[in-house]
Amino acid sequence: MDLTLKIWRQKDAKSTGKFVTYSLKNISPSCSFLEMLDILNEQLINKNEEPVVFDHDCREGICGMCSLYINGRPHGPDDAVTVCQLHMRKFKDGDTIVIEPWRAKPFPVIRDLMVDRSAFDKIIQEGGYVSVNTGGAAEANNILVGKENSELAMDAAACIGCGACVAACKNASAMLFVSAKVSQFALLPQGQVEAKQRVKKMVKMMDELGFGNCTNTYACEAECPKLISRSNIARMNREFMCAKVI
Amino acid sequence: MAELNPKIPKGPLTSKWTHYKDHQNLVNPSNKRKLDIIVVGTGLAGSAAAASLGEMGFNVKIFCYQDSPRRAHSIAAQGGINAAKNYPNDGDSVYRLFYDTIKGGDYRAREANVYRLAEVSNAIIDQCVAQGVPFAREYGGSLENRSFGGAQVSRTFFARGQTGQQLLLGSYSALSRQIKLGTVKLYDRHEMMDVVIVDGKARGIIARDLITGKLERHFGHAVVVATGGYGNVFYLSTNAMGSNTSSIWQIFKKGAWLANPCFTQIHPTCIPVHGDFQSKLTLMSESLRNDGRIWVPKRKEDAEAHRNGKLKANDIAEENRDYFLERRYPAFGNLVPRDVASRAAKERCDAGFGVGETGLAVFLDFKESIGRLGKNVIEDRYGNLFQMYEKIVDENPYVNPMMIYPAAHYTMGGTWVDYELQTTVTGLFAAGEANFSDHGANRLGASALMQGLADGYFVLPYTVQNYLSGEIRVARMSTDKVEFAEAEKAVQTRLEKLMAIKGTRSVDYFHKELGKIMWEYVGMARNEAGLKKAIELIRKLRAEFWKDVKIPGTLLELNVELEKANRVADFLELGELMANDALNRNESCGGHFREEYQTEEGECKRNDDEYKYVAAWEYKGDGDFLLHKEPLVYEEIEVKQRVYK
Amino acid sequence: MNSSFLRFSSITKKIWMAFLGLFLMIFLVVHLGINLCLLRDDGGAWFTAAAHFMGTNYIVKVFEIGLFAGFIIHIVLGIILQVQNWMARPVRYLVSNKTDTPFLSKYMIYTGGIVLVFLVIHFVNFYFIKLGLVSNPNMLPEGEPDFYVIAQQLFAMPVYSFLYIILIVVLGFHLNQAFQAAWQTLGINHPQYNVCLQRFGTFYAIVVPLGYMIIPIYFLLIR
Repeated sequence: MDLTLKIWRQKDAKSTGKFVTYSLKNISPSCSFLEMLDILNEQLINKNEEPVVFDHDCREGICGMCSLYINGRPHGPDDAVTVCQLHMRKFKDGDTIVIEPWRAKPFPVIRDLMVDRSAFDKIIQEGGYVSVNTGGAAEANNILVGKENSELAMDAAACIGCGACVAACKNASAMLFVSAKVSQFALLPQGQVEAKQRVKKMVKMMDELGFGNCTNTYACEAECPKLISRSNIARMNREFMCAKVI
Repeated sequence: MAELNPKIPKGPLTSKWTHYKDHQNLVNPSNKRKLDIIVVGTGLAGSAAAASLGEMGFNVKIFCYQDSPRRAHSIAAQGGINAAKNYPNDGDSVYRLFYDTIKGGDYRAREANVYRLAEVSNAIIDQCVAQGVPFAREYGGSLENRSFGGAQVSRTFFARGQTGQQLLLGSYSALSRQIKLGTVKLYDRHEMMDVVIVDGKARGIIARDLITGKLERHFGHAVVVATGGYGNVFYLSTNAMGSNTSSIWQIFKKGAWLANPCFTQIHPTCIPVHGDFQSKLTLMSESLRNDGRIWVPKRKEDAEAHRNGKLKANDIAEENRDYFLERRYPAFGNLVPRDVASRAAKERCDAGFGVGETGLAVFLDFKESIGRLGKNVIEDRYGNLFQMYEKIVDENPYVNPMMIYPAAHYTMGGTWVDYELQTTVTGLFAAGEANFSDHGANRLGASALMQGLADGYFVLPYTVQNYLSGEIRVARMSTDKVEFAEAEKAVQTRLEKLMAIKGTRSVDYFHKELGKIMWEYVGMARNEAGLKKAIELIRKLRAEFWKDVKIPGTLLELNVELEKANRVADFLELGELMANDALNRNESCGGHFREEYQTEEGECKRNDDEYKYVAAWEYKGDGDFLLHKEPLVYEEIEVKQRVYK
Repeated sequence: MNSSFLRFSSITKKIWMAFLGLFLMIFLVVHLGINLCLLRDDGGAWFTAAAHFMGTNYIVKVFEIGLFAGFIIHIVLGIILQVQNWMARPVRYLVSNKTDTPFLSKYMIYTGGIVLVFLVIHFVNFYFIKLGLVSNPNMLPEGEPDFYVIAQQLFAMPVYSFLYIILIVVLGFHLNQAFQAAWQTLGINHPQYNVCLQRFGTFYAIVVPLGYMIIPIYFLLIR
């Protein structure tokens, strides 16, 4: 299939960027979206042009590195996938594809389609853990966790930290990301000791970094490649209220 | 340095590690603050080690080329992690896990290390559970286990099909806590370019800030390399795109010998190749083999009809199917170790029974288990894998059998380390997949996660401390020292040289060409003539690379092509060493299969008299490697032929 | 604007938004009850009595303060949150978002803004008269404004009634999204009750505005 690509190009964080249009011919529908960009880059290199920079690594939908906003949707026109799992069969011959970087104040563009998501790391550093040192942990089966809670915790823990929730949200809110981590620990006995501090600190950092506020449009849930549920946001709100009030 | 001393503690196997811990040297808390440790890589081994060392009070600097420590490729491990907990009461024990690992590795691993691995396996599970890793649970709330290839007990702990992710997020969270506390400093989007050696000891690294392109000098009293395996030498592998050999190749050139580089694991259950543009192969957890049955058509004409699209898998009658693993290995059936399953699939395909467009695929069929357990149970167990398969292949695996083919997955070889995980360079340690590890010639499923975390949480914190106890009088060095300057200059020169080539072919072209050579001649089955040819071809390709590679952009900026070129340059040298190692090893064992050395049934034929050793290679110059041997002595285990029949 | 408001965390602000929103929804029902008295063909006796009660009872007066505070805080918070939200994405996307989201959920600030316009008109027409800020010739013998007559006069104007109906429809959309969103914000999200809450919200967002709409329709078509 033949395609027209409209891609955001930006030399570095300080430069102003612009959209550049490229055309690509004979792309196989079984090609993945990133492989299509590989082909484009190969052609650009052969033409002595600078290849398009984009984040990617594992290419199997788990590392969370790939981050493209394609035709108005983070990770493109398919549900529950990352860009690396998106295949060209989801597009039609002759399509124009607009590719933009994640847009959010806490995610500044580094170059072209690559953004800096270290804001997520900073949020985790505030309390996305159980404070336990190596060694001296008690026998694992001393901590019993009901299957239901353990499954819910796993649902939340499946977050890959890609940032699609922020990219999709009209407010660039990170509530789904933060709530997934808060929920994982809220659902497990291991997380109880620090629960109050955790939710307060993580929310504080989230606000300080300049993420927007949740207005319950649930675009985050709709675009999450790992189908993290908005019920986690409700749980975090609950945890937050309890932490503040009780 | 002619003699290799693995420094195995004295005493009976079962008490070596306890003895070591009881007698090692310690560093007092006020001295710990004065000691710096550099950790390269944030996978299971790297992040666990950095977090643990930070908790102990050392100053740690940790480096990764990704944008966050959480992206390291440990995250992609699906199946599970082994431990000798014996929760299902099926007769498991530390000894049995140790024995299975040695046997699975085809008797090419060091006994003492493997025993220690099995010994600490239980503590890993305790540690991870305490961190809040959401392992699968029984209804009663206790931990659930499942079976895995190469074992007759159920000892694998798992978190759906994302065990690696959950374990990595566990160690990442421990690391994040230390970053917040200030004991660990994170350098993301930084790549290690070289190690700095001062007076024979590793004292720091040269790193490149991938955003600005600037070279940086970092001092450390000790350096830990935990940068994973080199599977990407095959171009198409299940590794991440950025996974590379560069750090272990750099330290190799500085005197850290490389052991058993030819021991690579080809994973049997991957989604087959489907086009030239393909950038990576997707692995599907081996756990699929618990319920899936592997088969090819019994008749060649059926296989051919399937290849031409004239016959559907479901139309091939039961009596015309060859469940070749069950036929050849009735005791283990579809659960034989990875190398055995991979080779058997290749054998069938080579014999003309392969299916799919390319004829390089076999079926993995769930019909029988869906019938027996119901679709819901299968969906519960493998839902995400089935979904992934359908996304990639565009075919419903609940209805049509999956098609799978082996792909390069894991590298058992790596930097040679002693019992303390110290390389042949003093003060330089290697952990996780980067070291030649505990897996011998073949790794069993769910053992990589175990080894990474064992090294990171429970071995390095002891052994690095033992080493540093002798370094407390060494003050932090200025990075203006001549050794740092020289190391940086060498890196600068090499990068400039790469940029100056201005050839006509892209980096990917050379990487793909190298991959083809490696897969063809140094892949699943090797022979003398092929290996010799491979060496010749790789040398030619390497020469061509240094003449004709084309890298756009400049040095001092974010330059992805330059990063790739730097890595591929190292792969082009490593490939040659792998071929040399495979050529040297005139036997078949585990993942290393030499066609000349096989039994009448086509199984591995080891040569214990001549090759029961670890082949540790020393770098002498471009394409010039010197072999050293570490003999493997088995005191506890009787060395036998590996039989899974 | 108001630094003490800004210092609150995002979730605190939202919780107040939700809590006050729900409170205002209760008020809407009370208000509707009084409005429906207009439909009684008694020359405005019930309506005037109700208006008199609301205007003079001390308990109601106390509630009135709470109500006003509620309105103002709900509006101010809504504006602060929105401004922060705009600031969170300084560079917009070229292609507007195509993610599938609940109907009009993305436009709460706009539906809210329209409701605010309505509120201002409503105040000019009724509440300010009561406070004596706007003069009106229709006075009851006791010296209170005759809201029955005022309402009759306003609804007799087709333009006013038409506008009133449209604004009430917008309010309905605002309420439909607001009700279930408020519970989510307050941490109430449970698969067992979600459907129930959602249905009740939609029921409320249809029935209450319908109740309000009946009045102008009655005055225009039946009277």
